[in-house]
Amino acid sequence: MVDTISSTVAAGGSLLARFRSLLERLNRMPILITIAVLWLVLMLAIAVSADLISPYRFTQMDLRNRLSLPVFMGGSWAHILGTDELGRDVLSRLITSIRMSLLIAFGATIIGAVVGVTLGFVAAHFRGIVEQAVLALVDFSAAIPFLVLALAVLAFFGNSLVLFVCLLGFHAWERYARIARGLAISGRMHGYAAAVHQLGASPWRLYGRHILPNIASTLIVSMTLAFPEIILLESGLSFLGLGIQPPDTSLGNMVGFGREYLSSAPWIMLAPAFVITATALCVSLLGDWLRDRLDPTLS
Amino acid sequence: MLHYLLSRLLRAAVSIIMVVTFVFVVLRMSGDPAMVIMGADAPPEAIDAFRKAWGLDQPLWIQYFSFFEAIFSGELGRSMRDGRDVLSVVLERVPSTLALTVPAFLVNLVVGVPAGVYAALHRNSLIDRCVMVMAVTGFAVPSFILAMLLVLIFSVNLGWLPSAGQDSWLNAILPIATMGFGGAALLARFTRSAMLEVLGQPYIRTASAKGLPWSAVVWRHALQNAAIPTITIIGFMLGGLVAGAVVVESVFSWPGVGRLLVISVANRDLGVVQAIVLMIAITMVAANMIVDVLYGLVDPRMHGQARPARR
Amino acid sequence: MNAGTADLLEARDLARSYTVRRGLLGRPTLVRAVDGVSLTVARGETLGLVGESGCGKSTTARLVLGIEPTDTGSVTFDGGAMPRSGTAAWAHLRRRMQMVYQDPLAALDRRLTVGVQIAEPLDIHRIGTAAEREERVAAVMAEVGLQPHHAARHPQSLSGGQRQRAVIARALVTNPELLVCDEPISALDVSIQALVLNLLGDLQERLKMGMLFVSHDLRAVRQISQRVAVMYLGRIVEEGDPDAVLHDPAHPYTQALVSAIPHPGKTTTRVILQGDPPNPANRPTGCAFHPRCPVATPTCRTQAPELKPRRSDGRRVACHVAHGEAAAARAPASLETC
Ligand SMILES: Nc1ncnc2c1ncn2[C@@H]1O[C@H](COP(=O)(O)OP(=O)(O)OP(=O)(O)O)[C@@H](O)[C@H]1O
Ligand code: SF4
Ligand SMILES: [Mg+2]
Repeated sequence: MVDTISSTVAAGGSLLARFRSLLERLNRMPILITIAVLWLVLMLAIAVSADLISPYRFTQMDLRNRLSLPVFMGGSWAHILGTDELGRDVLSRLITSIRMSLLIAFGATIIGAVVGVTLGFVAAHFRGIVEQAVLALVDFSAAIPFLVLALAVLAFFGNSLVLFVCLLGFHAWERYARIARGLAISGRMHGYAAAVHQLGASPWRLYGRHILPNIASTLIVSMTLAFPEIILLESGLSFLGLGIQPPDTSLGNMVGFGREYLSSAPWIMLAPAFVITATALCVSLLGDWLRDRLDPTLS
Repeated sequence: MLHYLLSRLLRAAVSIIMVVTFVFVVLRMSGDPAMVIMGADAPPEAIDAFRKAWGLDQPLWIQYFSFFEAIFSGELGRSMRDGRDVLSVVLERVPSTLALTVPAFLVNLVVGVPAGVYAALHRNSLIDRCVMVMAVTGFAVPSFILAMLLVLIFSVNLGWLPSAGQDSWLNAILPIATMGFGGAALLARFTRSAMLEVLGQPYIRTASAKGLPWSAVVWRHALQNAAIPTITIIGFMLGGLVAGAVVVESVFSWPGVGRLLVISVANRDLGVVQAIVLMIAITMVAANMIVDVLYGLVDPRMHGQARPARR
Repeated sequence: MNAGTADLLEARDLARSYTVRRGLLGRPTLVRAVDGVSLTVARGETLGLVGESGCGKSTTARLVLGIEPTDTGSVTFDGGAMPRSGTAAWAHLRRRMQMVYQDPLAALDRRLTVGVQIAEPLDIHRIGTAAEREERVAAVMAEVGLQPHHAARHPQSLSGGQRQRAVIARALVTNPELLVCDEPISALDVSIQALVLNLLGDLQERLKMGMLFVSHDLRAVRQISQRVAVMYLGRIVEEGDPDAVLHDPAHPYTQALVSAIPHPGKTTTRVILQGDPPNPANRPTGCAFHPRCPVATPTCRTQAPELKPRRSDGRRVACHVAHGEAAAARAPASLETC
């Protein structure tokens, strides 16, 4: 499937042909997926240009305008989404939070994939006791809900942004490890990987040049499925006050602080809550769609 | 069968050993365990007694084994906040948590399974679409947001239900609804696809071709076969319930184990955190093991194999 | 040892068993895939290895290439002991010994073009400059009958025969001295099998390679080999000149194999093998073939026959009856007619 696409692209060659095939693929996307992609593009654009587009600095307080209403509830255009209890502009905070949450989710997803794939390959390469150790670790991470594990680590080590991202990175590592190990073993037992090994290739070449590209589509699908989970996990921990700490802000963090004003100023919490939900929904829709198209073997 | 049971027991034991090892390592890495567990301002004689009890003056590998001994004899340290034995601090919260999780689990089953079966039997109908939308929403709306939306609607706007505390049974409704919805959505989605898969099998077509009434086919063949994969995610859902309890109890100020965990993490009351983590891990491992054994009983083909990977 | 000291490859008493275990605590069973195989391949010579599915042909092929360690026995290549798999010395030796696989599509990486993959051994072993590599790839592609434009194609857009040619080209690009072919034609369309077989024969002759040709197709082996070895349950039971072995099989198992070859216009007595198909996890005592052997004697049940030259014509065979050491239980079927 991917192969036919990539080979037609390669055969087409010219930029125009490539563009046309992109358009064709867009045409074949269901409307829901198109909306999801557009939403994610919007989120990415916001995250990238956060400093340029936010009307205020996200920490800037306007003490005379505390808890002012958003425009759609009859507020002024000075603060389109209203202000919070300290008079900080909700829109600006939302923009900064989107950047923070996406950054964490990207970082953590990549860390998880790198750790998982590496351990999976190590298990497949060395087999024996090494493999058993990795499998025991996989069992272990399946044994405790990740939220609880994360809470334990945060309790023992305290909180910092780097630790937090790394910690979230360990979410779902075992999924990548399982996939990478399984596919590497089956590749090595029979097929191209065994053949490349017999050519005298080093493990680096074998795993990096041959096995990794061959399992990439499966991995990308898994990453798309894990990404919204990390967004939800991050926002959940930040909501509990155990993730991102002020003065930094993230989506979950905003919802958490908005909780105090749920009855008097629900807009503080509603805007980030909507962004969290919509983003998680869009990425997982996209992931499901990609999975059906690229990789029917994943459950 | 015996082999299967034994091997499953062995895997469970390995998991528990790893959890304890994890706690041991994390505890070592974060400083002097005596100080960490007892708190820096604990009386020196108490700290000394703790050191002796845990064998902190011994070499590391002996400490490792005495750590196991301490844990399995229930010697988990004292809470920093009130100096009470952590095990009793944690255990007295367990009934509150069960009062939420058990009903929530029942809601999961009673709502999720029929919804999934109905959706599969009436594929592409309006109800099927609704079930699918609910299922996807159930994943994408995290429990803390759902909880707050419910509070916003039923407590703030309508004033029907209390939003926090544990004064009457009314307080439990919103938390149970929150936890019930997420799990039910997951279960409905899973049951639906398990049913669809079974309904597509040749033996179903054979059975209905033999002239059995459709309801009998569904009841006798489809449901029972779809139950097999559905059992597998129940262990997985338990993890979701535990994580859900942590969040939901915090939102609704419900004095259960989950809220205790969050408070203890915030206060770095490590003895309590350690006790809760161990307790949850052991419960989860045991539950997963029981599910696996059940699964092995229902489906003898699975002997010696792990359950199919779940997501 | 008919080739004396000049052998390119010499394998002595190779044995390899696998423990197959069901579940974590399941009882492990020992599968003796290869159980005491000795063989030699001289430079410029093709040794055919035949036997039914599961008798250990592929395992033997992996063992002689050193891809897998042997339990006992030794492999000597060009006078030196085979280094352990994965070591630098082993990897270095790969340029001199190559392999052709049964399923060419599985043996090629679908993500890379055929040209890149044919060049890969040169990259791995750092042979030549970029320009020289390109030249070498073009030359070897021409040699195996691929068009230059095939280099830019991905394996899945080639036909089965072209894929196998690409695999052969990749194997030949470093000018190996030994080529091991594991059922190289059995996955191909019947119409292409002969072409690829002829190609392999020509190349072997022209490049003076030693070749181990594994197959379950007696006729293919006869066409391409200078010598043939017949395997049964992990052991070689008969070895000799292909024409002689096929015309006058000495071992009852070979006789059965030969009689199973469909021959248009010839009416032969077919020896139908009785009993269960062989199971390497449960090797019968004595001669492993005795439960299925039509001429088995009581000795066969207890004593394993040795592979040694027959007194009459020097044919190497492992069978009590063929050596005249035990009287046949009943007269062998009239195989002489074929
Ligand atoms: N890696 C392995 N692990 C376990 N058992 C193996 C392994 N490789 C081979 N075997 C077993 O060893 C025996 C011989 O296998 P082998 O592949 O060498 O046979 P073969 O003669 O090549 O058969 P075929 O014609 O089917 O390719 C078989 O019973 C097989 O199941
Ligand atoms: S040794 Fe006996 S059993 Fe084996 S092949 Fe010869 S006659 Fe048959
Ligand atoms: Mg084989």
